[in-house]
Amino acid sequence: MSEERRDVLTGTYFVIGDVAAAEGAIAAGCRFFAGYPITPSSELAEHMAVRLPEVGGVYIQMEDELGSMAALVGASYAGAKPMTATSGPGFSLMQENIGLAAMLEAPVVVVNVMRGGPSTGQPTKPGQQDVMQAKWGSHGDYEIIALAPSTVQECFDFTIEAFNYAEQYRTPVIVLMDEILGHTREKLVIPEPDQIRVVNRKRPKVPPEEYKPFEPEEDLVPPMAILGEGYRFYATGLTHNEQGFPRTDDPYEQEKLVRRLCDKIRRNKEKIVRVEEYMLEDADVAVIAFGSVARAAKAAVKLARKKGIRAGLLRLKTIWPFPEHIIERLAESVKSFVVAELNYGQIVREVERRVDYRRITFLPKFGEALHTPHEILEGIVRSVRGGKP
Amino acid sequence: MTTVVVEKLDVFKTHPLGKYLRRGMIPHIWCTGCGYGILMGEFLRAIDELGLDPDKIVIVSGIGCISRIPGYLNLDGLHVTHGRAIAVATGVKLANPDLHVVVFGGDGDLFAIGGNHFIHAARRNIEMTVICGNNFNYGMTGGQVAPTTPLQGRTTTSPYGNLENPFNLVYLAAAAGATYVARWTAIHVKWLRESIKKALMKKGFSFIEYISPCPEYYGRRNRMRDPLDWMRWFKEKSVIMNGIDPAKAELSMDRIVVGEFVDYERPGYVELLKQLERRVQESLKKRGIRTHARL
Repeated sequence: MSEERRDVLTGTYFVIGDVAAAEGAIAAGCRFFAGYPITPSSELAEHMAVRLPEVGGVYIQMEDELGSMAALVGASYAGAKPMTATSGPGFSLMQENIGLAAMLEAPVVVVNVMRGGPSTGQPTKPGQQDVMQAKWGSHGDYEIIALAPSTVQECFDFTIEAFNYAEQYRTPVIVLMDEILGHTREKLVIPEPDQIRVVNRKRPKVPPEEYKPFEPEEDLVPPMAILGEGYRFYATGLTHNEQGFPRTDDPYEQEKLVRRLCDKIRRNKEKIVRVEEYMLEDADVAVIAFGSVARAAKAAVKLARKKGIRAGLLRLKTIWPFPEHIIERLAESVKSFVVAELNYGQIVREVERRVDYRRITFLPKFGEALHTPHEILEGIVRSVRGGKP
Repeated sequence: MTTVVVEKLDVFKTHPLGKYLRRGMIPHIWCTGCGYGILMGEFLRAIDELGLDPDKIVIVSGIGCISRIPGYLNLDGLHVTHGRAIAVATGVKLANPDLHVVVFGGDGDLFAIGGNHFIHAARRNIEMTVICGNNFNYGMTGGQVAPTTPLQGRTTTSPYGNLENPFNLVYLAAAAGATYVARWTAIHVKWLRESIKKALMKKGFSFIEYISPCPEYYGRRNRMRDPLDWMRWFKEKSVIMNGIDPAKAELSMDRIVVGEFVDYERPGYVELLKQLERRVQESLKKRGIRTHARL
């Protein structure tokens, strides 16, 4: 049975994260990839270039990342589940049309294999510096969903989840990987096709003459018609009413639209957010980390436990929407926090919005290499001693 | 006393092209004397005469006066970011090759901010029609200098005269690889319509430059404030020269060379993609494997 399936390559493999993410996309139903080569995400594009024609999909290398992201919006509206992959400099260029995708509510998936910035930075080295850009990169108010895998297996699993979220909430979804994850070779198990949950966007339930392209249902998400089906709808990046018509000088429509674009994610936050809680039940100190860094953090927690320090790990599997409610709950049970990230302070700012900064030990690292478990352990020790080294 | 009941005419039903207009979006926002209504009318007559299924036509536009066209048409339409219409249209066409994809864009939209997408779409010969309304300036934002503003042309941002050489759009399109290229003005309506028909049926990248009057913004600073000044310019200075080298297709105050400059066949991008897909899948079958990838 699975011999014939070319889209879900059921089996056990030893691959890099970039390839796992590409296979996850295809398993989720992605049949359109538009991109532009950039280290350290190029292997993902290369894999898609080999694989998509095998499964009846389209791979196109665009002229730049502006065009890549724009092509995704067009393909999404033409019924495809589209994806692109990039890294910092390309991610910056994509922001323009990530905003368009948010405004037009086009389901699209962007994999950002983060490297060191700013600007060209360190192309072959890891970073986690695009956390805030993933949320705030385009202008205007909108919400976004961002996932952060920690293992090659999760690159596969979370990319499927990214497509499911994109389709369910009609929103751009960002998969925040990093160079280490993109290039680390690990075990990947691709399950049987019937073990993979695939979500598809809601379709109109009314005939074309009654259809309003931006009329939401109870979950605040409007059913989506596809170009060429006879719905003859109009979608504009201008502020629009439920019919899709421009309303550029109507404050009521502006508020209504912006509230809905944000609230469809905010109100469903508890359904979207995923975290891993490791040894937190009795913990005095909680380490917060994501991506590759979370692996070092887990090792550090184990080392701390050996020393008799009651440490635990809160690993963020979703970054956006931010799991504030979980941090708040944790703040009741632990005495202090350690935040470790490959940047000079992004996740820590979100934690500070819920927890007094005096309870937080911040461990920045600027890329080139990960935190070692001992560096994080040192932070844990400092944290339980009340900040004194 | 008798009451006279005057029935309100429903132009969406009574006008021959009314069925192609979107209720709730008319009247349009274009200025008096603007040429984009003429172009929109000829486009509708073209699809009507060709008998194309309106459900299978998608209009994509970026930002600018002409970019409002998809809003006015009762067809599927996407009104996207400035300069990106061709890139969005590329995604639409590749995800559903059965659609007729048409891009309407201004000279600034397609050739300044969107220039890169234009030349690459032409190079790929992707099966779509791009119609550029060239009005020599940025009308929507109030009349700034554009990559098509004539040398010494006055605009709000070239108040002392434009120093930059304008693009010859048809020459650029031909050099980039478009397989159908034409230029017409707002007085060449019948030629324009025939050209749009050819472009729509072309199995490749087709490009039409439409020279439009812009009395309100470009005209007011360049002694062409009256719409008729534009029509007189087009009438007196236009010369039809089909088939000439687009490099020689002059566009100046003294001479406007119009006509069809390029019309030849080479395989379109979608066609090549389909061939590639067949080849790849046959090879999998022949070798009895699930993938060519080394996993």
